[in-house]
Amino acid sequence: MSLLQVKNLVVEFPSRHGTLRALDDISFDIAPGEILGVVGESGAGKSLTGAAIIGLLEPPGRVAGGQILLEGQRIDHLDADQMRHIRGRKIGAIFQDPLTSLNPLYSIGRQLTETILAHLPVTPQEARQRAIQLLKDTGISAAEERIDHYPHQFSGGMRQRVVIALALAAEPQLIVADEPTTALDVSIQAQIISLLKKVCKDRGAAVMLITHDMGVIAETCDRVAVLYAGRVAEIGPVYQVINQAAHPYTAGLMASIPDMDSDRERLNQIDGAMPRLNAIPKGCAFNPRCPQAFERCRQERPDLVQAGANLAACWLHDGSAA
Amino acid sequence: MSKTQPLVVAHDLAKTFDVSAPWLNRVIERKPRQLLNAVDGVSFEIERGKTLALVGESGCGKSTVARLLVGLYEPTRGGLTFDGQDAHAAFKSPNARQMRQRIQMIFQDPYASLNPRWTVDDIIGEPLKEHGLIKDADELKARVTDLLKSVGLSPLDMVKYPHQFSGGQRQRISIARALATAPEFLVCDEPTSALDVSVQAQVLNIMKDLQRERGLTYLFISHNLAVVRHVSDQVGVMYLGRLVELADKHTLFGQPQHPYTRMLLDAIPKMHDTGRARTPVQGEVPNPLNPPSGCSFHPRCPQASDICRAERPSLRDFKGIKIACHAVV
Amino acid sequence: MNVLQRWLDSDVGYSFRQSPTAMVAAAIALVCLVCSAFAGWVAPTNPFDLATLELSNARLPPVWMEGGSSQFLLGTDDQGRDILSAIIYGSRISLVVGLASVILSVVVGVGLGLLAGFKGGWIDALLMRMCDVMLSFPAILVALLIAGVGRALFPNAHESLAFGVLILSITLTGWVQYARTVRGTTLVERNKEYVQAARVTGVAPLRIMFKHVLPNVMGPVMVLATIQVASAILTEATLSFLGVGAPPTSPSLGTLIRIGNDYLFSGEWWITIFPGLMLVLIALSVNLLGDWLRDALNPRLR
Repeated sequence: MSLLQVKNLVVEFPSRHGTLRALDDISFDIAPGEILGVVGESGAGKSLTGAAIIGLLEPPGRVAGGQILLEGQRIDHLDADQMRHIRGRKIGAIFQDPLTSLNPLYSIGRQLTETILAHLPVTPQEARQRAIQLLKDTGISAAEERIDHYPHQFSGGMRQRVVIALALAAEPQLIVADEPTTALDVSIQAQIISLLKKVCKDRGAAVMLITHDMGVIAETCDRVAVLYAGRVAEIGPVYQVINQAAHPYTAGLMASIPDMDSDRERLNQIDGAMPRLNAIPKGCAFNPRCPQAFERCRQERPDLVQAGANLAACWLHDGSAA
Repeated sequence: MSKTQPLVVAHDLAKTFDVSAPWLNRVIERKPRQLLNAVDGVSFEIERGKTLALVGESGCGKSTVARLLVGLYEPTRGGLTFDGQDAHAAFKSPNARQMRQRIQMIFQDPYASLNPRWTVDDIIGEPLKEHGLIKDADELKARVTDLLKSVGLSPLDMVKYPHQFSGGQRQRISIARALATAPEFLVCDEPTSALDVSVQAQVLNIMKDLQRERGLTYLFISHNLAVVRHVSDQVGVMYLGRLVELADKHTLFGQPQHPYTRMLLDAIPKMHDTGRARTPVQGEVPNPLNPPSGCSFHPRCPQASDICRAERPSLRDFKGIKIACHAVV
Repeated sequence: MNVLQRWLDSDVGYSFRQSPTAMVAAAIALVCLVCSAFAGWVAPTNPFDLATLELSNARLPPVWMEGGSSQFLLGTDDQGRDILSAIIYGSRISLVVGLASVILSVVVGVGLGLLAGFKGGWIDALLMRMCDVMLSFPAILVALLIAGVGRALFPNAHESLAFGVLILSITLTGWVQYARTVRGTTLVERNKEYVQAARVTGVAPLRIMFKHVLPNVMGPVMVLATIQVASAILTEATLSFLGVGAPPTSPSLGTLIRIGNDYLFSGEWWITIFPGLMLVLIALSVNLLGDWLRDALNPRLR
């Protein structure tokens, strides 16, 4: 059974210019212990998807349709209090900026034990021991002393490790990580990615990894979902999506990423830009930029259909007549 | 002036910043003066029409080098020669204008590099007006139209404000502004780091086209080695204010010599060829205010020895590349 | 009209249209402004034209009370002056002094703030210490001092000199907030890349300061200025009440309040209450406008 099921999720933002649909019918599953990557460019809606799942959508944004099910229970319509219990205990979160993810006024030990005590039935001494163990697991040396240090006494990479420890503190089954390595140096990125992979596999926690960096996705994830203009363009096993993309957007995206190993004169570019939320074209959102678009693409919006090993929202792969 | 003389020659460039606490605090709290050696002796040459890329992580000083090259900072030591002339002397002389026409810069943040209160034609037109390159408003309009077209934007965009454009379009406006005075040398400080991948591809392609059409010389600063691989001819790797390796692109990516370069190339998550074994990376970049003695990389280096702790290696020629390492040379 | 249309369509204009408080406050402030600007046409009489005054009209109550006359809608004071006309003329003085001192404060404060933020170093340190010193004096005290010194130096002061001294005394403590705010914003904007781009192009620092940085730091200044107009008017009223502000020949609202104060307990309350109400109305509407502007310009609340 899936750990997380997102079914036809719709997120809207009422504004003075009308209601903007930031997420339009998003569906995907995450199996227990799986690492799913959610990739897309700015404005595609990947951070919003994470926020909707954790229940941290900033008003006036709201879930306007669809369902989010965690272990078979609906969580999208819970009130703030109920959501607070779920957050931390069942879902942990890691955000981009380690500097602002930690409270600068409290020691990291206090922040860790606070989370543990809020969700797990343990004594304060046990909580502290767990916190020390967490710090050791995330590679922080001299954990017994450093547990009482403050965030500003750690470097950027170390802080992100603490944030990972904090996310895992209450032993959640799902971790939502929103661009966890973007603000870090390249050499630290590699350390943090492998750490994240390791501790999650060890604990059997599933991860929803949101990022724009395909290299990180390739190294870490089992499956990946590609978002475009608030919709899922393609979803499938990582290797298949990268090397045998079924959706023209995915193929174009992969081809436009400069590659460490090959030497090309020109990068493949997709002309134009992702449409703004209030100007999404009729039919398939990608059709104005798609080199393979035909009439049906301009009229009807495609659903996700099987295309080889992946699911793609593209009329090219629809078995029925065009 | 021989044709083979490099356009840009940097010799032992260094820049030190005084980051001490304010005088009053220092006196009361008895804090010492603190000096930051952001750039500590960097030398390189760039040939006309070529691209040198400087890569490194945070604190390595590559942005400071960029700003030294365009005259935003004065070097504490060392010098810069541009087309045979002493560049910094020229920046200070009454003829600074001529030098500034030939060297321009493109910045990283597409949102902060355009004045939010100015329209696009004012932004692009400013260098033209400043250097007296146009006579009247009509000529200005014509020049701005040409520049916008050359970066793939419509002339109708002239009257709009920056906030009406996306990140990639703003970066193109920045490029148009930089090209206004028909410069020969462009310093690009992480021009695509803040952009989406597909937009990045567009901007990089434009930059390459422009280089070919106009014979531009680029200094390209980046932390993204894949991008660097795509755009550069020569690559210099920086660590804590010093150049550790300087080689042409194929040699650096094919046979990296310096342990730091190797570590960097190994650490990058790759889209293809995943799952192979890697050497785990040790530690983090140390605090630039308090760099390690000798070779600043020795705490993280798998090949460090006693001499590395004691003596700082200088950049030397080795098998056609330049490298600063005791273990290799 | 095009500019007005564009402003109304903008986010700030939209916020204005959505806020009844702002629109009412703006309307009231506008009415006061127009009335005082055209006082000669709006006021029923000119209360300071001694020829038209008749002592027999002294201390008449407002029109709705017994003994009142429709000629003097809000009653008269001890000299027979029409209260309504007096407050219209008086509010003109108050508004002129208020606006003039704010404009002067803005010019001085923004200029010094830009200089301090841009140049840094000892100029910045010196200016900030000056601000600290100025802030440690209460505004009224400084104003009293200046006004007192002014009177001592020019005992037979011509009327306009008295106003000059009054405006100066309010400006002397008023410029400080602008300088500090602008300095802070300048420090931020100075490091932004569009300023660096201008420097790379070779634009002179002074030009960068005024053409690039200044437009971007004016936002908070507008809010401060609006709120400070109310505060300046009140300061002027206080000074006039204390007798060191506007001369009695052209009394401001504060002077009128003072004059009327003496008659409060003898039952002729209207001589002081109506000028007081007018003062409250002006100060309140300007303040509310300033509050709305601050919220409208705050990107986080949008």
